[in-house]
Amino acid sequence: MDTIQRTLVLFAHPRFENSRIHANLLNHISQLPGVRIHDLYEYYPEFNIDIKFEQELLLEHDIIIWMHPFYWYSAPPILKQWIDLVLEHGWAYGKNGNELKGKTIFNCISSGGPRESYQKDGFHNYTVNEFLRPFERTATLCQMNYLPPFFVHGSHKISDEELENLGKLYHDVIKKITQEIIILSEIQQYDYLNDWIVNR
Amino acid sequence: MAEDFLLSAIIFLGAAIVCVPIAKKIGLGSVLGYLIAGILIGPFVLGFVGQEGQDIMQAAEFGVVMMLFLIGLEINPKEIWVIRRSIFGIGSIQLALSSIVIGAIFHVYYGLSHATSFAIALSLSMSSTAIILQTLKEKGLNKSSAGQAAFSVLLFQDIMVIPILAFLPLLVTSDIRNDTLEQTFISNLSPLLKTITVLGAMASIIVVGLFIVAPLMKMIARTRLRELFTATALFLVISVAYVMKLVGISPALGTFLAGVVLANSSFRHELESDIEPFKGLLLGLFFIGVGSTINFQLIYQKPVLIFMLVLLIMLIKGIVLFLAGKTFKIKFDQNILFAILLSQVGEFAFVLLNFSGQLQIVSPDWTELLMVVVAISMTFTPILLLLNERLVDPFFGVKEAAEIKEADNIDNQHSVIIAGFGHFGSTIGRFLKANGIKATILDNDSDRVELLRKMGFEVYYGDATRVDLLKSAGAEKAKMLIAAIDSPDINHEVIEVARKHFPNLKIMARARNRFDAYEILDLGVMNIYRETLYTSVHMAVDVLHELGIRHYTATRKAQDFIRYDEDAMRKLASSRHDTKTYILTVREQIELEEKLLSEDLHQQMTERDSAWDSATLKG
Repeated sequence: MDTIQRTLVLFAHPRFENSRIHANLLNHISQLPGVRIHDLYEYYPEFNIDIKFEQELLLEHDIIIWMHPFYWYSAPPILKQWIDLVLEHGWAYGKNGNELKGKTIFNCISSGGPRESYQKDGFHNYTVNEFLRPFERTATLCQMNYLPPFFVHGSHKISDEELENLGKLYHDVIKKITQEIIILSEIQQYDYLNDWIVNR
Repeated sequence: MAEDFLLSAIIFLGAAIVCVPIAKKIGLGSVLGYLIAGILIGPFVLGFVGQEGQDIMQAAEFGVVMMLFLIGLEINPKEIWVIRRSIFGIGSIQLALSSIVIGAIFHVYYGLSHATSFAIALSLSMSSTAIILQTLKEKGLNKSSAGQAAFSVLLFQDIMVIPILAFLPLLVTSDIRNDTLEQTFISNLSPLLKTITVLGAMASIIVVGLFIVAPLMKMIARTRLRELFTATALFLVISVAYVMKLVGISPALGTFLAGVVLANSSFRHELESDIEPFKGLLLGLFFIGVGSTINFQLIYQKPVLIFMLVLLIMLIKGIVLFLAGKTFKIKFDQNILFAILLSQVGEFAFVLLNFSGQLQIVSPDWTELLMVVVAISMTFTPILLLLNERLVDPFFGVKEAAEIKEADNIDNQHSVIIAGFGHFGSTIGRFLKANGIKATILDNDSDRVELLRKMGFEVYYGDATRVDLLKSAGAEKAKMLIAAIDSPDINHEVIEVARKHFPNLKIMARARNRFDAYEILDLGVMNIYRETLYTSVHMAVDVLHELGIRHYTATRKAQDFIRYDEDAMRKLASSRHDTKTYILTVREQIELEEKLLSEDLHQQMTERDSAWDSATLKG
């Protein structure tokens, strides 16, 4: 592929000033060509999302990332607000709603719990992928390709060194997806994008 | 003597206490109330006071002086520069035309000499600053085009009193002894020196005001003795008036200038609140004085002559004013108001007529007669204004209500009444309109009313404190009244009237500031919107954001702050009743501010915000 895929990071963190994980992850990707970080809480402190503007942004990008901490097995409220308002019927889905067709989308999430706790017999009883079904279905309904999440586990206890490694991994994931030809079905076999990038 | 003084005080104040509230209640305005009080206690009705009314009036004229000082305080030099054209334009047309026509009548019709007619004409061309400004303020018409034009003309007249006083002696033809004249410091100087002295006096007011008074005030304020500050304020006004009188300038003009000089000082509000009660009281006394000096015996003897003169003079002045207003493109309604407002003869006429009498330009008979004419014309003004408001305006000018259209049957239409459509009210109205809600608007600025009607708003024109106007605007059926009038006093009045007569109407009130909000709370209104709260906090959010604080965090903090501040307002509003006064003095305001700030400390607004904080999870 000769052109770089443009990437839109829909970033939602209500208390970003206290965040260590997301600050680090963003640092690693902000300089990548074609990446636009769109800070929703900074843009819409009163939650009044500009639908038209958001739709135009989506049209300008090929890869969308929902980047957020994992609160109560889901995303912070502004991201739900964004989904409710921006993904309009007749535009994103439904009859004639084909504007997002073929775009690629995934979540980038941080969570306090370790990976082991998100298992059938673990503390949370379900896997992360199962918890993300609503996002997956939303993407599919909009005819987008939904990839497994990039996931940071144990965020409270993570060491600086580990975090730095994760940041680099995140950077590699985006770089690869945007700059190389990828085979979707291959990626979709993995639970996390972390696993995919490490195994390659 | 002391007993006499006490007794007079009781009579004057008592009459005012009885008459003014009644006059206000039946919509006559305070000025007419005072005048009636004066007539009642005067020698011809109850006879409580005799000729001392005249003396009282002279002392009370000081109220006018104070009033101009206060007006000066509210105006800064730039604003005067802006209205310079109307001051000298309408002002000079009014004075020149009125005095020529009035003079001609006295000369031709009453056969008086040139000099006498001219002196009388100049005196009668003056209008009453006291009545007009008091009326404008009471009706909230200061900012209307009629109000602005009236102010310009009055200012011009004040300025012209100096040259007129200098000019009158030149009309003297007979030999009179110079010592009968009131001597001023500069009487014997040559015209050039006089001019220099006058200009010098004005310049010294500016210099002294800027470089001596302001620092002096600061020093006095530091002593924290309130009465000393009041004394200083009085000292300031009185000495300016005295110096001006000494050099032969109208004291009112001098204090006006002093007010303008101090308009930008940090003591403006303290000065205002200190002088205000004195002004009010003295003005009241002045009006009572005018009322009590009306010589009913003379009226009884020559009723036709006197009333003819009153009518003729007011008519001429009114027509001249109307034409002057027309050349300055004042709209019909406002122009009528302007013409009526200024059609009476003012307090300067007393001064000028007295002076002409001393100079023997005008005979004692005529002087006394004209004094009565002046007093009656002053009494007529409030009545004429009332007639204009009730009878003329509704038929000829901007209609109180626009032509009745097919009533909208949609439920939500006109269930909201907005009283006052200035910047505040109009923002609400526009927002409601944008959301398909048509509000009924009450406003007393005819220029604005016309414009609004053209834009398709339903507007009722007039004084929103009138029960009948509220009723015709649909207050009985409406759900909400939005009290958004600029002047807090009038706004309070509207709220009171509405609560009393339309108890089912929900009231949402605009409040100028925290203290205004306290008073509205006392009126029993729950929905209070302070002009200064939301905008300031909104701006503060942007300040925090510019400083690098996250937008959403700043917004959340702002919402918390507003909630906290409204709680604090309600709390402090009830604690304020410890002071047992209704209207807060500046000092009490500062004390409340102090309480508020210390409350802030207890609340620990900077307390750690635990929203989305993972510290406790990290354990």
